[in-house]
Amino acid sequence: MSLDRRSFLGLGAAAFAGAAITPGLRLIELVQARSPEEAASTLRRWGLLIDTTRCTDCEVCVTACHTENGVTGNGRPSTDAQWIRKVALSDKRTGHAQTLPLMCQHCEHPPCVDVCPTGASFKRADGIVLVDKHTCIGCRYCVMACPYGARSFIHETVADQKPDVPRGKGTVESCTLCVHRIDRDEQPACVEACTRDGGKAMVFGDLNDGAGDLRQRLRQEPSSQLRADLALNTGVRYQGL
Amino acid sequence: MKSKRDTPSCAIGASVILLIMAGLAAVAASAQARAAPPVIRIEKPGQCVEPTAVMRRDHMKMILHQRDQTVHRGIRTSKHSLKNCIDCHASAKTNSVLGKDGFCESCHTYAAVQMDCFECHSPSPRPPASANSPVPTRSGIASESARRAAMAAPVAATRAGGAAP
Repeated sequence: MSLDRRSFLGLGAAAFAGAAITPGLRLIELVQARSPEEAASTLRRWGLLIDTTRCTDCEVCVTACHTENGVTGNGRPSTDAQWIRKVALSDKRTGHAQTLPLMCQHCEHPPCVDVCPTGASFKRADGIVLVDKHTCIGCRYCVMACPYGARSFIHETVADQKPDVPRGKGTVESCTLCVHRIDRDEQPACVEACTRDGGKAMVFGDLNDGAGDLRQRLRQEPSSQLRADLALNTGVRYQGL
Repeated sequence: MKSKRDTPSCAIGASVILLIMAGLAAVAASAQARAAPPVIRIEKPGQCVEPTAVMRRDHMKMILHQRDQTVHRGIRTSKHSLKNCIDCHASAKTNSVLGKDGFCESCHTYAAVQMDCFECHSPSPRPPASANSPVPTRSGIASESARRAAMAAPVAATRAGGAAP
């Protein structure tokens, strides 16, 4: 029996495809949990999905965030720092009301980083947008540039900081996605609290991990970005808006 | 004429001697009033992360280097971290590295070098893991890592097409 050219090529292609898609064969490097001496990697991009239909009227996420990060107020709401807040939306025509937590959206193209004159506002390799308070001069350009109003300036002397979360007067700060917890393989405090005590409205995960819970949900259900018209490609996404 | 010339030179000589004596007295007085030498109380005896001579000269370089590694790259090794310094050197009495006899402050006051670390950083060590805090145990991290690794393993092929949405 002899093979003609077409069937020979067909068999060859099938054999190659079989070898390439064999289960267990790694086409790209797998992402493993990081050890403390390993730097954050672009293989990951941390993100959040917030399901506003399950978001109840509670403030569990806000309390958990501020407890975890030692964010305390001085009873002056106009100047007190706010890392996360609950926003109430209502449709005036239908009267339908809903609430959602709003915090730093951890944009892929963050305007706060674009405007920072000292490079203090930066995006970490794994997509978390942070402020390096060692180089922040407190100019507040980023506060003005952020379309989500996510950044706060610290107006007053801070005491009793958490060892993991340094905070000080004269610098700008915002949600860090609980970067100190992520670095030890835990979820952000708001997500943990919402899952435990709230409406289970938040899913945290790796936007690059095709098999992770977050990507599964995003694939199966519709979601949106706040101010998607700005094309910032936010890491925080919302459902049910 | 000669005696007239001698009188002012004697006066100058006497005033010079007086000045020298006053100077010596001032030096003696200031020696008593100088800043007290720093209190170096080692709460946890044993070898520091580097030899003492290296630590005395270069501790600030280590903290500065580690600071950028941690903030920008997420590298959280504890050896040269400020938290590690504080965990070991905080006073057992005040639970702080600050204060008159605090490990950091007493030396920095003596050397007249201002340190800005504690404008933002907590001068107290982390609470012990046994306290009712969400600080995980090492085994907790290990099991979480294992769970993630197990989740990631059968997914190699799917991941290939997995770009960010």
